[in-house]
Amino acid sequence: MGRRTEVRLAGSGGQGLILAGVILAEAATIYDEKNAVQSQSYGPEARGGASRAEVIISDADIEYPKATELDILLCLTQESCDRYVQDLKPGGLLLVDRDEVNEIKAAREAEVKVVKIPIISTAKEKIGKALVANIVALGALVQITRVVTKDALKNAVLGRVPKGTEDLNLNALESGFELGREYKKT
Amino acid sequence: MAKTVKLLQGNEACAQGAVYAGCRFFAGYPITPSSEIAEILAASLPRVGGRFIQMEDELASIAAIIGASLAGKKSMTATSGPGFSLMQENIGFACITEIPVVIVNVMRGGPSTGMPTAPGQGDIMQAKWGTQGDHPAVTMAPDSVGEFFTETIRAFNAAEKLRTPVIVLTDEIVAHTREKVEIPEPGEIPVEDRIKPSVGPADYKPYDTKFGDVPPMANFGDGYRFHVTGLVHAEDGFPTNEPDIIESQERRIIRKVEEAVPWLSKNEEFMLGDAEVALVAVGSTARAAKMAAEEAREKGVRAGVFRPVTLWPFPHERLKELAGSVKRIIVAEMNLGQIVGEVERSVCGSVEVTCLNQVNGESISPRSLCSAMVGEVQP
Repeated sequence: MGRRTEVRLAGSGGQGLILAGVILAEAATIYDEKNAVQSQSYGPEARGGASRAEVIISDADIEYPKATELDILLCLTQESCDRYVQDLKPGGLLLVDRDEVNEIKAAREAEVKVVKIPIISTAKEKIGKALVANIVALGALVQITRVVTKDALKNAVLGRVPKGTEDLNLNALESGFELGREYKKT
Repeated sequence: MAKTVKLLQGNEACAQGAVYAGCRFFAGYPITPSSEIAEILAASLPRVGGRFIQMEDELASIAAIIGASLAGKKSMTATSGPGFSLMQENIGFACITEIPVVIVNVMRGGPSTGMPTAPGQGDIMQAKWGTQGDHPAVTMAPDSVGEFFTETIRAFNAAEKLRTPVIVLTDEIVAHTREKVEIPEPGEIPVEDRIKPSVGPADYKPYDTKFGDVPPMANFGDGYRFHVTGLVHAEDGFPTNEPDIIESQERRIIRKVEEAVPWLSKNEEFMLGDAEVALVAVGSTARAAKMAAEEAREKGVRAGVFRPVTLWPFPHERLKELAGSVKRIIVAEMNLGQIVGEVERSVCGSVEVTCLNQVNGESISPRSLCSAMVGEVQP
């Protein structure tokens, strides 16, 4: 059995987390030439409601396509953090939006590595579009974890985003990298 | 030559597999978790000279694909449980009129509207017995994105070779998961076409058994007289009340599938060589089972997985053999016990058969399967 790295991106419907999962999986498979599977879980609503995407990355074949014990968890809402923090393995990385997630279950906060960064406000204020929060989040996540290479991520973003939005998304990605670098300095 | 490698969603792979197999007509009514198949074929079929129609409902959808197939086009529809229920009457019609079509059913949770976005495996028996009367049933059950591509092709090939409807049965997880797929080049996977008449219109009978159990099929509109009815019919296609003819026609449409088993049957056997415990599962549950078997082996239990890829006809013979080499069989399914009945029929009490069921809208975890195999009590 090869080593699996399990990532879950969680928040609410409409935040672009499933697309972020697809981009991360494409970075791993197409550009880094590893194996990855991406899956998702969402409610019947088009927007709102809990939404999550999962990506499992491995050098070996991946049998079970869902997460079993998370290595990395991104939460863009308080609700998703409350619900999923228990799925993170001890020593795993919990990456949360600083402004949206105010409380982390005390029992878990000590066991996992917590990173609080301003993802949504960076997208809104620095880039000017809350819409790209998913790309900012991916940039920060990859800068910190190197779960895929940064080049692979950049190529995957360019391969997936709509024509005409490349610069916007690359700016968002760079801002995400920057958030990750700043965090690492502290 | 470098292979084309893509990250595809299961439903995307199914749509591409259909086009690869020669599908040139799709009629359907969108329903989660199968909608992407229709969405993708709406764009891709016209580019290859095919047609896509969104129908008013699932009854009309299956009627349309039966008509298109009669006219000579390989045809498909895709749906989920609620739509699959509505299609049952015409699935029986396609069985008795011997019209090849492919019906994809991406299973979701629960009876009725159930859980649109959650996986389930509650339609296992419906795929065999959903339409009334004795009829042939052929069902493929892929467990990965790559296999959703290849099994869709195999479904078309079987439908064409046997002149019968074929069901591709999978679940929300396989349909919505994205994974790496190597796209085969054209010609790399064989594509079968139905046998056309070798006689002129004057000598043609649409159910002529002179040519074997699968009679040649003329395109409707090509000048061959072709009467189509759901009533039991004679070789000329017209209804009959002759007991001998009825008996032989009824038996023939079942026999043509039974006799195809040597090439139609397909199973995956995972670490079964020295296994003492065999897990039996299909679709995404089998993927959890494979991970669980690896974990059980790390804990000292020799575990393996038996997965029917051709679900119907069910692999009774192989399971009977397997019962001679394992001590225990556990059947895992996202329903309250459907495949387990077939497994019990196969092994006839010669080995202990237990089942592990879950119907909460989530996939059965490798951990609970592993616990069942190593005999741990679940917390």
